[in-house]
Amino acid sequence: MTTELKMDVPQPRFLDQTQQGVLGKPIPRVDGALKVTGQATYAAEWQMDDMAHGVFVGAAIPKGHFTIDRDSIAGMDGFLGLYTDNLVRNSARGTLNTNPVQPGDRVDYLGQSIALVVAETFEQARDMAAALKVSYTRDDDAVTDLSEYDDWELKVGIELGDVDAAMDAAHKSVDLEYTTKGHNSGAMELHGSIASWDGDHVTVRSSLQMLGFNRNELADSLGVPPEQVRLLSPYVGGGFGSKLGIGPDSVGAAVAARDLGRPVRVVLTRPQVFDTTIRRTETRQHIRLAANQDGRLTGISHVNWQSNLPGEGHAEPVDAATRFLYAGENRYCAHYMARRNSPATGDVRSPGEAVGMLTLEAAMDELAEALEMDPIDLRIRNIPEVHPGNGKPISSNGMASSLRQGAEAFGWDQRQPTGTRREGEWLIGMGVAAAARANLLMPSSARVTLNPDATAVVETDMTDIGTGTYTILGQIAAETLGLPTESVTVHLGDSNFPTASGSGGSWGATSSGSSVLIAARAIRKTLAERMGCEEEALTLKDGMATGGNKRSALSELIDQPISEEGKIDKGKLTKGTHQAGYGAHFAEVAVNTVTGEVRVRRMLAAMAAGRILNEQTARSQVYGGQIWGIGSALHEGLEFDTRTGHIANHTLGEYYVPVHLDVGDLDVLFIDERDDMANPMQAKGIGELGFCGAAAAVANAIYNACGVRIRDFPATPDRIFPHL
Amino acid sequence: MRVSLTVNDTPRTLDLDPRTSLLDALRDHLHLTGTKKGCDHGQCGACTVLVNGERVNSCLCLAVMHDGDEVTTIEGLGTPENLSPLQAAFVKHDGFQCGYCTPGQIMSSHAMLKEIARGWPSHVTEDLSAKAELTIEELKERMSGNLCRCSAYKGIADAILEAAAEQREAAE
Repeated sequence: MTTELKMDVPQPRFLDQTQQGVLGKPIPRVDGALKVTGQATYAAEWQMDDMAHGVFVGAAIPKGHFTIDRDSIAGMDGFLGLYTDNLVRNSARGTLNTNPVQPGDRVDYLGQSIALVVAETFEQARDMAAALKVSYTRDDDAVTDLSEYDDWELKVGIELGDVDAAMDAAHKSVDLEYTTKGHNSGAMELHGSIASWDGDHVTVRSSLQMLGFNRNELADSLGVPPEQVRLLSPYVGGGFGSKLGIGPDSVGAAVAARDLGRPVRVVLTRPQVFDTTIRRTETRQHIRLAANQDGRLTGISHVNWQSNLPGEGHAEPVDAATRFLYAGENRYCAHYMARRNSPATGDVRSPGEAVGMLTLEAAMDELAEALEMDPIDLRIRNIPEVHPGNGKPISSNGMASSLRQGAEAFGWDQRQPTGTRREGEWLIGMGVAAAARANLLMPSSARVTLNPDATAVVETDMTDIGTGTYTILGQIAAETLGLPTESVTVHLGDSNFPTASGSGGSWGATSSGSSVLIAARAIRKTLAERMGCEEEALTLKDGMATGGNKRSALSELIDQPISEEGKIDKGKLTKGTHQAGYGAHFAEVAVNTVTGEVRVRRMLAAMAAGRILNEQTARSQVYGGQIWGIGSALHEGLEFDTRTGHIANHTLGEYYVPVHLDVGDLDVLFIDERDDMANPMQAKGIGELGFCGAAAAVANAIYNACGVRIRDFPATPDRIFPHL
Repeated sequence: MRVSLTVNDTPRTLDLDPRTSLLDALRDHLHLTGTKKGCDHGQCGACTVLVNGERVNSCLCLAVMHDGDEVTTIEGLGTPENLSPLQAAFVKHDGFQCGYCTPGQIMSSHAMLKEIARGWPSHVTEDLSAKAELTIEELKERMSGNLCRCSAYKGIADAILEAAAEQREAAE
């Protein structure tokens, strides 16, 4: 049986009534022992008989057409095949659900995977890929440098009132321009796939975030019905957006395996991950804020310039949080898109807020200074009653509590006037920023089976990309069915299981978790019938059922497994309310007065994200977000060669992600909250909230430390020391 | 080419293409996939193993260069049923999320603790003539060659410090 719940009405707090007491607890990851011993099997690690190996060849021109010379490698030892048909230009953007662009012999950017060389061994294939002769006809109209670009496509997101008039009438205002560089997800596991065909059915072991969408994308790319495609992704070595959609590896492996009649493995090199999956766009941003004498915002304008490849549907929602974070009757948000011959842009962790809240919250810091207000007071004063753009009710907003409790825990009252706290050659400062991330619900299904021996099994094609899905889905089932967590086994990452939301947009835990709760509650209903009581009157704990003046072991109630499928879907509340996780970020930094280097000494994140499902995994997600904040504030930036449009620093040695030594003390504070309108668990997404605004807290701390305003990110020393 | 290695105390002889890296020999020929490939050119640390007790990036080694050497991989430290103290501490302190850099972090920290015990200085050691101590600063400096994009650095540091403290207590 399938039980479906659409989020039409506020949900009762069922999980506050259950008795097992495991939900929310900091239970260590159930997949932990496998991961620390190297026993968790990632996509490229499956052992297959007779497996061949494929390596991609990248285009050497930014735009034009290519012809390959098969004979240049066909005589080399181990040669098996050379494939150009059906290859995808770049990874699918998140939730695309159909085939990515398949350009044939056309090149749209330097580095595009134009041919797949397959050989008996990886070493042979790698040498053949280097030896393959390719001839090109190069177009001379490639767009590789946006400094002279004049064909911007404008899209207005919101226009309310008159921001220009609000700026003219303002008591104080700021009018600021920012730039941010492009970002790469940098998941540690290289994108890789192993494809094997059995007749007209293909099984692909791949590193993917959203199997329901990915199956359709791959089937469409191969020209087969989705029923003939099975995806397996039980362990995923990080995603951060780059594995939301299928990549060149899965399509290439499947194309070659179909032709050769044997399994084929394709793993992208690290530079190919940078070039051929997706990146976050670089941005130019223009922010205007107008405030009256009381420090209330009267006008907000956020305009940005970004880029993507021709034919890509993704735009970075840079103004996502600007639309709802603060009150203000005059509002304008818009973006300008350029089409350039550079790697595709798409969703990288916290798409929109990552760069949009960095600038908005830095601008709020400047406005607070202009108004001579404490930046926390300014933010709290401008928290809206309803969504300021469309008037929808706000499901829950913990921003004020986060700012207040965070300030107390961090010691905000110790903050000194700008540029006055000195320790040797270091200047010390504190910064604050709001955190916000839209809370999204996606359709999601799961099957839960309760066995007579008081064990349970959860099955869904949901993925665990490091988010803790195995652990929290087990906790939800255990809590609902009254079982110890050790009695629940969770199977994920197989597209033959019921289709889940997938991991992305911070909707994974809440959407897939709700489906598990719904399925487990359907089982409770059967148990209640057998006990002769209402489900509400049934108590389940440690494998025992109590209700209707009876007490019985589960083994006495059922002699066959009970299997139920649960499904959650969007409803009237999803569309009719504004839902977001909120919070506050605090940072203390030291700026070296000689070199301009910035050291983040400590950070604190106060997070209001509804019910916390596992305090330890949630905390780790927030730590990760804080560190991504450090990275985007100080280190990370894609550099483009303006002659060819390609990413010049497409390795982890040249694109600087934070390392151990870049990270100071981290602290996380969860604000107690329940969101009855979000889902039946009253939880909101946390995976991205910890990043949204974190970089701005660092930037604002830099100003407080040394008086230098950073408006071009990352804040590398060369952008600081000339102004000291 | 024939290559003889002792891997996790077991002698192994392989017939390898001389272009095969030690990393690929472990993963593809010995099926020890606990050692990870994160960049394949010495920048991320996911492939860290011990060769004759010292940590190396196995992606930067050709297997044929190590004929006769002793190699220890994550599979040689412990099993899910019998975790090493470092492995158990990583689970307890949530010193990972996706788990992909984790074997490299653990192998690296295993060797790093021995380097400190021998008194090797690092870039952040204040007094190069004194014996190095395991401070948080030393730990971070010495582990900075192992990237973690999930950014579980805090849990990793807490895990290493706890395992090292247990090691010291056991020694005393």
